[in-house]
Amino acid sequence: MTSSPAVAQRPHGHRSTPESRAWWLGQAMFFPAMIYVLAVIGLPFALAVIYAFSDIKVGSVGYHFVGFENFSSILRSATFLRALYDSFVFTIGSQVLVLVGSTILALALEKKFRGRGVVRFLMLLPWVAPVSIGAIGWKWILDSLYSVINWVLIRIPFLHLDRFNPPQWLGEPALAMASVILVHTWRLLPFSTVILLAGLGAIPKDIPEAAEIDGAGFWRKMFQITIPMLRPILNVALLFGIVFTFTDMTVVYILTRGGPYDTTQVVPSLAFFTGVLGGDLSEGAAISLFMVPILVVVAFLMLRQAHRSEVT
Amino acid sequence: MAVVETRGLTKVFKQGELGAVNNVNLLTQEGEFLVFLGPSGSGKTTLLRMIAGLETPTAGEILIGGQDVTHLSPRERRIAMVFQSYALYPHLSVYNNIAFPLKAQNVPKEQHKQKVEWAAGLLGIGKLLHRKPRELSGGERQRVALARAIVREPTVFLLDEPLSNLDAKLRASAREELEEFHDRIKTTTIYVTHDQVEAMALGDRVVVLHQGVVRQIGTPREVYDEPADTFVATFLGSPPMNLLEADGVIVGFRPERFLPAETKLAAQGGSRFPLRFHVQHSEYLGAERILYGILEGTRFRDKPVCARVSSNVLEIYAPKTTYDFAVPEPELKFFDAQTGKRIPPRPFSWQ
Repeated sequence: MTSSPAVAQRPHGHRSTPESRAWWLGQAMFFPAMIYVLAVIGLPFALAVIYAFSDIKVGSVGYHFVGFENFSSILRSATFLRALYDSFVFTIGSQVLVLVGSTILALALEKKFRGRGVVRFLMLLPWVAPVSIGAIGWKWILDSLYSVINWVLIRIPFLHLDRFNPPQWLGEPALAMASVILVHTWRLLPFSTVILLAGLGAIPKDIPEAAEIDGAGFWRKMFQITIPMLRPILNVALLFGIVFTFTDMTVVYILTRGGPYDTTQVVPSLAFFTGVLGGDLSEGAAISLFMVPILVVVAFLMLRQAHRSEVT
Repeated sequence: MAVVETRGLTKVFKQGELGAVNNVNLLTQEGEFLVFLGPSGSGKTTLLRMIAGLETPTAGEILIGGQDVTHLSPRERRIAMVFQSYALYPHLSVYNNIAFPLKAQNVPKEQHKQKVEWAAGLLGIGKLLHRKPRELSGGERQRVALARAIVREPTVFLLDEPLSNLDAKLRASAREELEEFHDRIKTTTIYVTHDQVEAMALGDRVVVLHQGVVRQIGTPREVYDEPADTFVATFLGSPPMNLLEADGVIVGFRPERFLPAETKLAAQGGSRFPLRFHVQHSEYLGAERILYGILEGTRFRDKPVCARVSSNVLEIYAPKTTYDFAVPEPELKFFDAQTGKRIPPRPFSWQ
């Protein structure tokens, strides 16, 4: 990335030399990407910053600079603090599950077996399917009246479940958070698995073989050779997962809308409910800006990881 | 220490196709250095991997130290192996690489340090113990791989082309070190290579393999001087043995025995047969010259042959010129033209 056309020196001299034509072509090719980044990311971001320091609401006229007032009011708001806490629970919980799950899946799918291609394809479906369809499917599975899980649980005799008062998956705070985490894990699992499969494929076959000959059993080979060698790629999967989780509100929005009592409200969904649905643009903007420092740290770690894996 | 034996060992990768290894029967001797030699695709590595337990045989048995290990996992066979790529654990230091087999085989922890230092000392890598494999040169990596293999004093030592990743100069010195090393530890060793020089230099005995079949087992001298068939005769030696066919018989002689007629041969009794040799081109290799050309006269007129002339011979052999050469009759090897197998010497007419 050291010589992207945007930074490249414009060649001096007359107009239609081959170099100058190449330079113009480079500019032209780069232009759409620039527009895209500026219009879809840069502009909203700048607007969010501007709004966050004002008292702007939907329909208000003029711009009143209010300094850090929005931020200090947010920090005093129990709802926001709860959302911040939930965001961390949601992100950490789902990432732990995704990492463990995708490592197991990748190790299993790496082995050759009959129908591996079909299984690999099926495994990708949660990632490929539109999130709304997937989440709505889950909404039905976890529904208060029609939940298939409850339907099954009630019929298991030794559980002695009260058939008129089964678990409310989306209605009790702890269960709702667990459900949201589980569904998000289900969504992210394929992506992480594919990354790890690629990582596993990059481990030379004779290294685990050497470990076997050296006397290592299954677990030692797994935990002392394969997983440590997979570490760099696991980091990549984890960092991507954090970004995809911390900024995501789809699952929360479709399953619980942040409820019950804001116990599954995460920062992005709170920003959306406050700023867009509630019309309080300035506070919504300020809430969403709270995600920036965390994402900057993650982005920095990602770049460093990418750089390091290039070097070695 | 233990002997390795294979009985009717066969590996077929795809059903209906020719096996990669076919009915191989071998028996090493105690402390022997046995070399599997063959071109690529000859099944030598597959054979080694079956002995290691990394490949399941289609048929046959493997015995190590008299015990049937055919169905045992690699870890239960208590063997050590050095891979062509060395297969060092990239995330572990040299120390931990060497200590890994000790940990894996539950050697008491207090012995680790002393054993690792012993192995590292034996290979002269004592100062590299805290480095990572990527910080080592090719030769150093190879030593670490060897140290990792010997640290738990295995009963059998398997080496899969361990020198092929080294450059030519280093390879020669590494070969010498390997020889010394084996003299010191005296563990039964099986060594796979496609390099005949390595095979001849290192092997107590050489197993010549071709298309998964053992063509000959013998000392380096036997496989070179008394090849069992035309494959062995032409695979060993560079350039290969000259072969001439007539009357259902193939007669062969080594290029270094096809010499200028006036050369005095010390140890060769018997008569010499004169041949007219038309030189087409020559290669100057310093210590010797290789002359490529065709025969003139006799029934083998225009047949291509080559000669290997030592630098002691001062004569300049110009291309497109004919010279008087000769072959000592006792040096002729006879093969059956149909089977390629060696047959006893017989009266042979050049005319």
